[in-house]
Amino acid sequence: MNIEQLEKIKRETFKNVGNRETNSTLTGMNFDRQIMICGSTGCASNNSQIIRQRFIELVAQKHLDRIHVGQTGCFGLCAAGPVVVVYPDGTFYSHVKPEDVDEIVESHLIHNVEVKRLLYVDADGKIKPFNEIESYCRQLRHALRNCGVIDPEDINEYIARDGYFALYKALTEMSRDDVIDTVTKSGLRGRGGAGFLTGKKWKFTKDAEGDKKYVCCNADEGDPGAFMDRSVLEGDPHCVIEAMAIAAYAVGADRGYVYVRAEYPIAVQRLNIALNQARTYGLLGDRIFGTDFCFDLEIRLGAGAFVCGEETALMTSIEGHRGEPRPRPPFPAEKGLFGKPTLLNNVETYANVAQIILHGAESYNTIGTERSKGTKVFALGGKINNTGLVEVPMGTTLKEIIYDIGGGIPNGKKFKAAQTGGPSGGCIPASYQDIPIDYESLASIGSMMGSGGLIVLDEDNCMVDIAKFYLQFTVDESCGKCTPCRIGTRRLYEMLCKVTEGKASLEDLDKMEQLCYYIKDNSLCGLGQSAPNPVLSTLKYFREEYITHIVEKRCPAGVCKALLRYEIDPSKCKGCTLCARNCPANAISGTVREPHKIDTDKCLKCGICATKCKFGAVKKV
Amino acid sequence: MKGSTLPFDGTPEQEKELRQKLAELKTKPGALMPAMQFAQGLYGYLPYEVQCIIAEELNVTLSEVYGVATFYSQFSLYPKGKYQIGICLGTACYVNGSQAVYEKLQQLLGIHSGECTADRLFGLDATRCVGCCGMAPVMTVNNDVYGKIKPDEVEGILAKYRERD
Repeated sequence: MNIEQLEKIKRETFKNVGNRETNSTLTGMNFDRQIMICGSTGCASNNSQIIRQRFIELVAQKHLDRIHVGQTGCFGLCAAGPVVVVYPDGTFYSHVKPEDVDEIVESHLIHNVEVKRLLYVDADGKIKPFNEIESYCRQLRHALRNCGVIDPEDINEYIARDGYFALYKALTEMSRDDVIDTVTKSGLRGRGGAGFLTGKKWKFTKDAEGDKKYVCCNADEGDPGAFMDRSVLEGDPHCVIEAMAIAAYAVGADRGYVYVRAEYPIAVQRLNIALNQARTYGLLGDRIFGTDFCFDLEIRLGAGAFVCGEETALMTSIEGHRGEPRPRPPFPAEKGLFGKPTLLNNVETYANVAQIILHGAESYNTIGTERSKGTKVFALGGKINNTGLVEVPMGTTLKEIIYDIGGGIPNGKKFKAAQTGGPSGGCIPASYQDIPIDYESLASIGSMMGSGGLIVLDEDNCMVDIAKFYLQFTVDESCGKCTPCRIGTRRLYEMLCKVTEGKASLEDLDKMEQLCYYIKDNSLCGLGQSAPNPVLSTLKYFREEYITHIVEKRCPAGVCKALLRYEIDPSKCKGCTLCARNCPANAISGTVREPHKIDTDKCLKCGICATKCKFGAVKKV
Repeated sequence: MKGSTLPFDGTPEQEKELRQKLAELKTKPGALMPAMQFAQGLYGYLPYEVQCIIAEELNVTLSEVYGVATFYSQFSLYPKGKYQIGICLGTACYVNGSQAVYEKLQQLLGIHSGECTADRLFGLDATRCVGCCGMAPVMTVNNDVYGKIKPDEVEGILAKYRERD
C-alpha cells in the first residue's frame, strides 16, 4: 500500500459513504439512499441481523439499485433498538421488527412515505430527524465518530473517513518524538479509569531500555454496566488497530496484543476481520507504507476473570498464567509483558489517537476542562430513559448527561444518585448533580471516572444494597493473592449483610470504615485498593440510610427483604382474591369481596401480590 | 485434584487434532491459555487426561495447567449435559416442594448437582432463585422453563428429551 492507493480507495469509497448524513446534498454519489442497520450486540440480540437480511433481499428483489443496505456499529440509543436509520432523510426508526421491513421498503423506499408508527419519538413527544434528537445532538462524538456511520467489517469505509492517513502521517512526516509530543500536548489521559497522561506513558516506554518492546490494548472491560470498549471494537475496530500501530512506532515496538474478554464474541469477530483486512492491505506487517516500520498484532482472549483488567494481571494472563497481579514498580513501561518494556492503553484511549495525530494536539486540547481534555464515552444504564452510549466533552455536568441526553428518570421517579466507576467507584448523590464530570472533580467527591459505566439510581434503590451488590462482585472476583483483598472484602461484605438484615450496631459502621481504609492501604493491586469505594462513598453521602437500617430496622427504599413486610390496605382491597391465588406461599387469606390479610410468618416477600394487585392495595412497610 | 468422575470418552481423532494444534501453538509465547481454550472447544470441558496432554505437549507442569484451569471461570473441569437441567431451590420454590422434585431428579438420573449422566445427555444444577417465583416450583431444561412442577411429572419431561435425541 502506498499513499496514492490509499487516496484512490478513499475517493472511490467516499461515493458509497459520503451521503450518510441527514440532509446531505452531495451529488455524484453511488446511492440515493442509505439504509443503516445497527449490528452491535444490543440490537443484534434483538434480530437486527435478520432485519438486515430482509432489507437486502427486498432491495434486490425490487431492483432498488440506488439504495444501499449497510450495517454499522452502535448508534448510541440502545434503548430504542433495533435501530434503523435512513439517510439522507435522517429518518430514525426504533424498535423495528423483522416483519416491519416489508412495510418500510414499500412505503418509505418506493413511495417516499415514512412509516409513522415506527418513528422514534423524542422525550418532548416530537418526531425529529436523527441529527436533531435531543440526546444525540448534545453529544460530541470523537472516539465514536465512525460508530453508526461505517460498516465495521469494511476497511474501505474506514479509509473513506480518513482511516490510516494518521498512520501514514506519523510514519512519513513525524519523528517518534513528534508523535509523543503531539499526544502529550493533546492532554489525552488514560480512559481506563486512572487517568494517567497518555503521552507520558508513551515517553516512559520509548525511553526504557530493551531490545524488544510491546504495545497492548486493554479490552477486558469487566465492570458491570460498562460497554464503551465493546461498542468501539464492534463499531470501529480499525481505529484501535491504527492507533496501536502509531503507538508502536512511537515507542519502538514491533508486536502488539489486544486482550479482549471472551464474553464479547461480536467484538472479537470484527477485530479478526479488521486485522486480516489490514494485513491484506499491508497496513500491518513488514515495511508499512514502504518505511522500515514493521508491526503486527495478535488477539488474546480472556477467560472470565475481572482482575485481568488490572495491567500487571492482564500481562500475566497474556503470558499464559493465572491472571494474578504483581507489585509495581517495576512499571510495565520498564518491565512488562515477557519482562520487556510494554505500553498498555485502554480501547477508548486508542480510539482518540488517530484524530489527534491527523488534526494536531489543538484539535483535542481545546475541548474539555483545564486538566481533563477531550471527550469521554459513558455507558448509561439503570433507572434512565435512554439507556445507551453517549460521548460528551469533559466537564459536562451530571445533570446534563442524565436529563438532557439520558432523557431523565422513568415513571416520574426521583433521581437519587449516580454510580460511576463500577466496583472501583462511588456514588454521586443528587445534590452534586451540577458537578462537572472530569477526573479531578469526581475524585474530589470520593468517586472516580472509572472506565465510563454510569448507573443511575432512583428513590427505589437502597444504597446499602447497592454497596452490598458491588462488594459481592469484588468478593467473587478477588484473585486471592493478597490477604487484605481476599479476606478483607469478604468481612466487609458480611458486615453489609448484617446491616441489611437489621442485625448491625452503630459501632459496626465505624468498624466498617476502619476496615475500608485498611483494605485500601494494604491491597496489592487496584482491585483491592478501590474495592471499598462503593461502601465509603455511600457511608459518606447516605449514612442516614445505614442508620435507619440499624436503629429503626427499616429499609427506607423497601429493598432489603429481611426488613420488609407486605401489608394489605383494607380500605383499598376489593377482595378480588387475585393476590391469594398468585401467592406462591399461600400466605394470603380472606373471603371473596372482603379485605384480605397477609400472614407475615408464611410470607416470602417475593412481591408478587403487589405486582398483581389492580387496586394498589398491597404496600411495603 | 478436583475433576469429573465420569470416564474420559475422548476419541483418537480428537487427541490427534489437539496434539496437532498444540504443536502449532508451542512456539508462540504465552500459548497455554489459547491451548486450553482450543481444548475446551474440542472436548466441551477440561478432563484430567486432556490437561495431561496439554502439559506434556507444551512442556509445562500439570499443576500449572490445573492452576490456570481453576483460576478462570470459563474453564470447566466437569462436562455439561446436552440438556442442562436447573432446579430452583430458592425460597419460594423450596416451600412449594422443589426439594422433592430435586430428589426425584437425582434418583431418576443417578447424579447430584454439578454432575452429568454417563451418556452426557443430562446435567443437573441446583440453582438459586431464577426469578419466576409466581411459577414455583420451577425447573429449567436449557432454555425451556417448566413451572408448578410436581415430582411425578419429572419422568415424563425427561422422556420427552430422550425421545428428541
